[in-house]
Amino acid sequence: MNDLDTFRADTRAWLEENCPAEMRKPMRSEDDACWGGRNFKFSCDEQKLWLERMGAKGWTAPEWPKEYGGGGLNREEAKILKSEMAAIKARSPLMSFGIWMLGPALLKYGSEEQKKHYLPPIVRGEIRWCQGYSEPGAGSDLASLQTRCEDKGDHYEITGQKIWTSYADKSDWIFCLVRTDREAPKHNGISFILFDMQSEGVSTKPITLISGRSPFCETFFDQVKVPKENLVGTLNKGWDIAKYLLTHERAMIGDSGGGGAFGGRSIGQIAVDSLGTDAQGRLADSALRADLARAEIDGWAFLLTMERMKDEAKAGQGIGARSSMLKYYGTELNKRRFELMMASKGHAALEWEGDASQDGALPRAWLRTKANSIEGGTSEVQLNIISKRILGLPAS
Amino acid sequence: MALVLNEEEQMLRDAAKGFLAEKAPVAALRKLRDADDPLGWSRSLWEEMAQMGWTGILVPEEYGGIDYGMVGAGLIAQEMGRNLTASPFISTAMMAVTALREGNEEQKQKWLPGIASGKTIIALAVDEGVKHDPAQTTLSAKAHGNGYRLNGEKSYIIDGFDADALIVAARTSGEAGDEAGISLFIVEKEAAGLSSTRTKLLDSRNYAHADFKDVDVAGDALIGTLDDGFALLERVLNVGRTGLAAEMLGASEQSFDMTMDYIKERKQFGTHVGAFQGLQHRAAHLYSEIELVKSAVLKALQMFAEAPQMAGAGAALAKAKAGEVGVLAANEAVQMHGGIGMTDEYDIGFYMKRIRAAQELLGDYAFNANRLAVLRGF
Repeated sequence: MNDLDTFRADTRAWLEENCPAEMRKPMRSEDDACWGGRNFKFSCDEQKLWLERMGAKGWTAPEWPKEYGGGGLNREEAKILKSEMAAIKARSPLMSFGIWMLGPALLKYGSEEQKKHYLPPIVRGEIRWCQGYSEPGAGSDLASLQTRCEDKGDHYEITGQKIWTSYADKSDWIFCLVRTDREAPKHNGISFILFDMQSEGVSTKPITLISGRSPFCETFFDQVKVPKENLVGTLNKGWDIAKYLLTHERAMIGDSGGGGAFGGRSIGQIAVDSLGTDAQGRLADSALRADLARAEIDGWAFLLTMERMKDEAKAGQGIGARSSMLKYYGTELNKRRFELMMASKGHAALEWEGDASQDGALPRAWLRTKANSIEGGTSEVQLNIISKRILGLPAS
Repeated sequence: MALVLNEEEQMLRDAAKGFLAEKAPVAALRKLRDADDPLGWSRSLWEEMAQMGWTGILVPEEYGGIDYGMVGAGLIAQEMGRNLTASPFISTAMMAVTALREGNEEQKQKWLPGIASGKTIIALAVDEGVKHDPAQTTLSAKAHGNGYRLNGEKSYIIDGFDADALIVAARTSGEAGDEAGISLFIVEKEAAGLSSTRTKLLDSRNYAHADFKDVDVAGDALIGTLDDGFALLERVLNVGRTGLAAEMLGASEQSFDMTMDYIKERKQFGTHVGAFQGLQHRAAHLYSEIELVKSAVLKALQMFAEAPQMAGAGAALAKAKAGEVGVLAANEAVQMHGGIGMTDEYDIGFYMKRIRAAQELLGDYAFNANRLAVLRGF
C-alpha cells in the first residue's frame, strides 16, 4: 500500500469509530447545521461530540497547518477525507466564516501572534465570526465604505454602520473593514480589523427577508474601543486583504452551485419522486426533463471546474480573478436548480406553513437563493471583474 | 487524478500547438477547400504527424505505436480544433484504433502498424439516418459460406471517402432499435459490391456515403463477438465523442481569442467596442462557459484510464457541453465581429461551420443529455 492508501484506510477506520450515527443522517433543515461559538445551542449531544472530535484532529480545517490547530493534510489527503466523509454521509461538523473566509486571510496577512491566537479556536468551533463589509451606502461599490476608525493613542475607536452582516446577532467576533484615512483615495484609506461583538457600543438588528427568515443584520458601532494589536496587516492597506478574502468568499458562495455532487441524488430524481415516470422509466414531463438534464450537465461541469481550479491552485497557478467566474456561474446555477425544484414539486412547493412542508422549507430556501447573485459582489460586478482582469477589455 | 496536465502532457500540447499553427492553420483548410481537393486533407501532413507518433498515439508499442493514452490524444485534437486542421485523426488514430485493439491478434498485426506509420486510413461506418442513433442500425450482415454477406447503406462516414477500410456496424440479429444483435466488421476498400461517394458538408471535411450490395467478407472480418458488438461500438463512439469535444474546445477557444482581439481593436462611436458593457458581459459569460468545457473535456479524457465504467458518462458530458458552448462561441464570434464576421475572406465563418458539424456528429446535445438523464435516474 502506498501512503495515500494507508491514509484512506486509517481515515475510514477513524470516521467509522468516531462519527456518531445521528451525524450520518441527512440534515432536515438548515437548523441542523452546526455553527459553533460561545452561545451555540447544539441540537443534540452527538452534534457537540462530532464537532469536538473533528476539531481536536484539526479536520474542520483539514489543510491548515497543524501549528495553528489545522489538520496539516495535503490536497490529496484532504480529497480522501472528503470522499470518505461523503461515503458514510457524515454531516459537516462545522459551518464557519472563520474557516471559509477569515482563516485564509489571516494565514496570508496575519502576524504570527494573530495566527496563534485566532486560528485554533476557529478550528475547534469555539468562536463564531461574522463579516463587517457592506454599508448602507457601500454595496457593489464596497470601497466607498465610511465606518470611521480613529487612532486614540493607545486604542482605536470605531463608529459607523454595517449592513447585511450575516448572523451578526449570533456571532462572537467580527472581522471588519473600516476607514482609517478619509483624505486618501478611497481604496487606500481602508484597514482590516478584528473585534469582539460584546464590546461596548456594538448593537445588532436582524433584517427580515422575503423568505421570512433573518440571516442578516444591521450592525451599529458607537465609539467602540478596539485594542491596537487587533489590526491585521498594514494600516490603510486593508483593501488588499478585503479583495483576497472576497476571492475566498466568492469561491465559497459559488460552491453552492454544484449542489449534490455527481453520484449524489440528482434534482432529476427529486422530480421523479414528485411527478412519476413514463413506461420507459423517464420523467413523465418531457419539457421539464430537458431543463433538468441541462442543469445536471452544467452542475457536473461546474463541480469539475471547482475541482480543477483547486488543483491548479495547488500546482501554483493562483485562482485570482477566476474566483469571480466561480461566484458568477455557481450562484446563477444554484438559482436555476431551485427554480427547477420548485417546478418539480408543483403546488406543494408553494406551501408556506405546516408540517408537511416543514414550514415551507423549500420555498424559503428558493427565496434565499435570490441573494446568492447579490451578496459577495453581484453577478454584474463579477462579469465586470472578468472582463477587465481576465479578458483585459478596455475600461468604458 | 488531479485535473491539471503533467509536465509531459504540457510538452506534448506545446509541440502540437507549434507544429499545427505552422503546418496546418486555417489557411491550409481554406486552400484544400478552394482547390476542391478530392480527399479534403493532406497525406504529406499526415505522414509528418505519423513521424511524431500522433497516428499511433493509442496504438500499443508492439504494433508500432506509442500507447500514450487518451489525454494526449485529446490534447492533439484540441490543438487541431484551434487550427481547424483537417486530418483523419479522430476517425483513424482514435476510433479505429480503439476498435482494433479489441480485435484478434491477426487483425491487430494486419492493421495497427499501418495506422501507426501513417499509411493506413480506417473510418467508422455507423450512421444511417438523419440523427446519430447507433441502436437503429439496419445494414444487415448474414452468414454466407464461411463468412458474411453485407447489404445496406451508411451515411456521413467521417473521413470515409478513399479510406483503406471501413469498420462497419451491422445488424446480425434482432431489429432496428435493439442494442443486441449488432456486430462490427472490417471491410476493405476494394471489396466487391462496396461503392462510396464523397459527401460535401459545410465544413469542407471528408465524409462518405457507402453502398453495400452483396458485399462478402470472410469470417475473420468480424471484430469482437457476434451479435454482441454494441458495447465495443459504444466504447469506440465514446472515444470519438470525447475527441470531437476536445476539438470543439480548441475551436471555441480560438474563435473566442480572435473575437477578444478584434473588439479590443475595433473602434466605433469614438471608442473601442470592447469597452461597451453590453459586449463585456457577454464575453465574460462565454469565458465562464468555456472554462466549464475545459474541465469536462479533461475529466472525460482522464476517465478512460481512471474510471472506464464512467467513460460513457464523461463522454456524454463533454460532448454535450462542448457542443452547446461551441455553438455559443461561434455565434458570439460572428455577432461581435459584425459585418466582417459574415465574410468568407475572414476565418471566423470556418469555425462556425466546423463546430456546427462537430456538435452534430456522433450525437448532439439532446442525444447526450438524454443519455446522462437516464444514467442519473430520470
